[in-house]
Amino acid sequence: MKELICIVCPRGCRLRVDEQNGYRVTGNSCPRGAAYGKAELLNPTRVVTSTVRIEGAACPRCPVKTRDPIPKGKIFDAVRALDSVVLHSPVRIGETAVKNVCGTGVDFVATRNL
Amino acid sequence: MYDLIVIGGGPAGLAAACEAWKKGLKKILLVERDRDLGGILNQCIHSGFGLHYFKEELTGPEYAARFIDLLRKTGVETSLDTMVLQITPDREVHTVSRQDGYRILKAKSIVLSMGCRERTRGAISIPGTRPAGIFTAGAAQRYLNIEGYMVGRRVLILGSGDIGLIMARRLTLEGAKMLACVEIMPYSGGLRRNLVQCLQDFHIPLYLSHTITEIRGKNRVEQAVVSKVGPDRRPIPGTRMTFDCDTILLSVGLIPENELTRQAGIRMDPRTHGAVVYENMETSLPGVFACGNVVHVHDLVDFVTEESRRAGAAAADYVLRGGDGRGTGSSAIPLKNGTGVSYTVPQKIRPDRIGKAAGVFFRVNRVYGKSFIRASADGKPVARYPRERLAPGEMEHIVLPAKLLKTGVREIRISVEEGEMEN
Amino acid sequence: MFDVGIIGCGIIGAAAAFELSKYRVSTLILEGENDVADGTTKANSAILHAGYDPEPGTLMAKLNVEGSFLAERICRDLDVPYRKTGSLVLAFSDRDCETVENLYRRGKQNGVPGLSVLNAEQVLGMEPNLSLKVRGALYAPTAAVVSPWEYCLALAETAVENGAVLRRDARVTKIERIPEGYRITASGRPYEARYVINAAGVHAEEVHNLAAAPSFHIIPMRGEYFILDKSEGRTVSRVIFQCPTERGKGVLVAPTVGGNLIVGPNAEQLDRGAGENTATTASGMAFVAKTAKESVPGLDFRQTIRSFAGVRAASDRDDFIIEQAKGAPGFLDLAGIRSPGLTAAPAIAETAIGILEESGLKREKKTDFRARRRRIRFADLSPEEKARLVKEDPSYGRVICRCETVTEGEILACMKTPIPPCSVDGVKRRVNAGMGRCQGGFCGPRVVEILSRELHIPPDRVLKDKDGSYILTGKTRGGGGNV
Repeated sequence: MKELICIVCPRGCRLRVDEQNGYRVTGNSCPRGAAYGKAELLNPTRVVTSTVRIEGAACPRCPVKTRDPIPKGKIFDAVRALDSVVLHSPVRIGETAVKNVCGTGVDFVATRNL
Repeated sequence: MYDLIVIGGGPAGLAAACEAWKKGLKKILLVERDRDLGGILNQCIHSGFGLHYFKEELTGPEYAARFIDLLRKTGVETSLDTMVLQITPDREVHTVSRQDGYRILKAKSIVLSMGCRERTRGAISIPGTRPAGIFTAGAAQRYLNIEGYMVGRRVLILGSGDIGLIMARRLTLEGAKMLACVEIMPYSGGLRRNLVQCLQDFHIPLYLSHTITEIRGKNRVEQAVVSKVGPDRRPIPGTRMTFDCDTILLSVGLIPENELTRQAGIRMDPRTHGAVVYENMETSLPGVFACGNVVHVHDLVDFVTEESRRAGAAAADYVLRGGDGRGTGSSAIPLKNGTGVSYTVPQKIRPDRIGKAAGVFFRVNRVYGKSFIRASADGKPVARYPRERLAPGEMEHIVLPAKLLKTGVREIRISVEEGEMEN
Repeated sequence: MFDVGIIGCGIIGAAAAFELSKYRVSTLILEGENDVADGTTKANSAILHAGYDPEPGTLMAKLNVEGSFLAERICRDLDVPYRKTGSLVLAFSDRDCETVENLYRRGKQNGVPGLSVLNAEQVLGMEPNLSLKVRGALYAPTAAVVSPWEYCLALAETAVENGAVLRRDARVTKIERIPEGYRITASGRPYEARYVINAAGVHAEEVHNLAAAPSFHIIPMRGEYFILDKSEGRTVSRVIFQCPTERGKGVLVAPTVGGNLIVGPNAEQLDRGAGENTATTASGMAFVAKTAKESVPGLDFRQTIRSFAGVRAASDRDDFIIEQAKGAPGFLDLAGIRSPGLTAAPAIAETAIGILEESGLKREKKTDFRARRRRIRFADLSPEEKARLVKEDPSYGRVICRCETVTEGEILACMKTPIPPCSVDGVKRRVNAGMGRCQGGFCGPRVVEILSRELHIPPDRVLKDKDGSYILTGKTRGGGGNV
């Protein structure tokens, strides 16, 4: 039985996950929590946020995020993949900054209109 | 003469201005001291915003963009790179900017949404030297996320509030070594999810009941001495640890920025460090409203938006009724903080103004397990709200039905009682 | 070859340079740090004492009173923030009352004008926030508060404007006697001067010993202070002293020229050579807070915006050391200038020049001496004046420091003064950006940006204060041209 805090929303429910019983989750207040509890033990994922260089905008950095969570183990590789990115203004929210980062099938997208 | 001048173009000001426009005000000016709208959200590049309001998880800039886009569809004027220097009791607003020079503007109503500033090292008197390398977490966040500069390589964070936790993760992803997060209280001030995704994910140790007792370093930070503290929050001798760090980030509290408010003679609440407000966010100065972090420090921007829409709507109502013919002080019921409650916003409720119910925000003064929130009218309990858990770092919200606020009630008290609710 | 070489550009060196620059005398100032006023001068009580405290007959007594007169005029001429608040030395016991009477007599002997001894009722009438235990006080109407770093900057800038040469980052490591005077090696470069003035503050002993046999010891005395928010600035209107006891000189509470409240200091003797140890300590600050409350019980230290410590150069002599070094003719020590050093500075300078003259320095008054320093302080202008200024120069329309209402125009102006800043704190000392309650939280990144632009250096080379105090450590990832 593993105890963990759900990070899906700010409530932070205390989950109990029974890895011996099909990863049944208790303590969650919503279905997303149940999904999180199981995923966190089998294949933990995270949304990654960072910034990339942007030229021609009022500010030299454009914030980006992974459109969906990516495997936790790939966080640092993903951030490294941003090092060589240079966006050019104008950039719209949702525009792809890096496609399929580190083979995860998930894109980094811009999160600010610059 | 403007119908409304909104001071501050962060989430609070944006929501208030949009709402006031929606409710029919036509000459609205939004004044913002930075070069962009969005306020502090522009540097909050992490996600966690909008879960309540939009039912989506957005990053700070995305949340701001929703309201900036909304604002652009209105006829609200904006003055960027413009500082408000003064507001007077008769609603003159003095502004200055490069492009427009010094202006004295008149407004039928004002919304104060200036946000807050961070508590500094100086304010908490950490002993030691005063080298470069000491930043408040928000200032560091600005350098990293807006200017694109790193603040250090080996970092210690004081304070486990959300800003500190978020920066611990941010700095780690940028290649800094996070040595520890040090928290003086026996519990963290931040959301539990942030303890997981900011500290635990990166194996950054959290030292509860500890504080920095000395900063060392000649020109740049070289070391921080950390000690355990007892229940009186004073260092326990013999518990010192020394960290070799070149940077110290302070996440030790936010203070509403009420320079302008005080200058205008508006009544302040020493518990919130913000203005005393009525149920519609009106201050003691008729026609002047306040919302967002300038009234009390929020945890969730979603609540800032709700509160600010209320203020914007109230400003519109005030102006469209030709100024407040009903008077502001009549029969306002004060809200008092009872056991376990640090403060409430609003501080005063006018029963004839609230429609069906009045929303009350408040904070508790310590962590509570299963408990219930009690509302009493003149000492008589009138409502109870059960909660699984309460913490100072998580602002609470209850709704008081109008029928509880009958005329003749002289005060409402909000308090907390631990334990199960008896049925 | 310069006529006079001054070592140290704190208040004493600056005052000497200012005085010398009135004459046709070539003056060199060697300052070891990257800026003037970066030692004791920026970290003290900022008080211009009336002059009842020093022993009659001492240099301290004479020069305190003279300096107190001179300061008022100089501050007016050079646009230095100055406020004649007056001071009270409080008595809480019989012993204190006796001390107050003694100080009164001493003051009269020293020539201090306007002194009077007040009773408790009068004292509390003047200062309602004082402790009700007060029994009486010595009232000195001529005491004042000043901005010590701006005072030093104004003197030094005026000296430079009138021909003095200032070299910063010039740390003196060698002094050799040469036929016409001295060769001073500072940061590897040689300078020659007929006469040398040693105004090196906490380093005066080391500098002296480079030129002559040891004749005094500098005893570094550290004092810790609190600065309270402007909301507390009117808690007292005058400088409030306590009577000296065997514990020490007592802790003062005073308004600052900027409208804050300063509380402090304690007095801790440091090891010889530890003159740069300006750390504050938990025990020191606790002592200051506790002791200060004896005068003003309602002091609210939750309104602290900053605490700091300064080290004074006391010495093993009882008086100021203003004398030519034995065996080094023309080498003049201005050493051990502890309290009332700030007050006495212009008088010390006049005395010093007098000694050099006796030693052979020829001085002819300049006819074109200019002492017309003026600084635009946006925050102090009326709305009409502000409007006019911004119209003339839009850079005054961009407010950089929210707390103190300091504009980009003022920052750009200070970069054009004879001694421009080279650090964020240098900007702070010149225009007050960062002195307010947010302590640079808002203006910091903006000041860094302006310095980076105006000094043509990347932001991560901008200093907080002294050399090596870099604020930023490089660009964030993928920042291009990573440092």
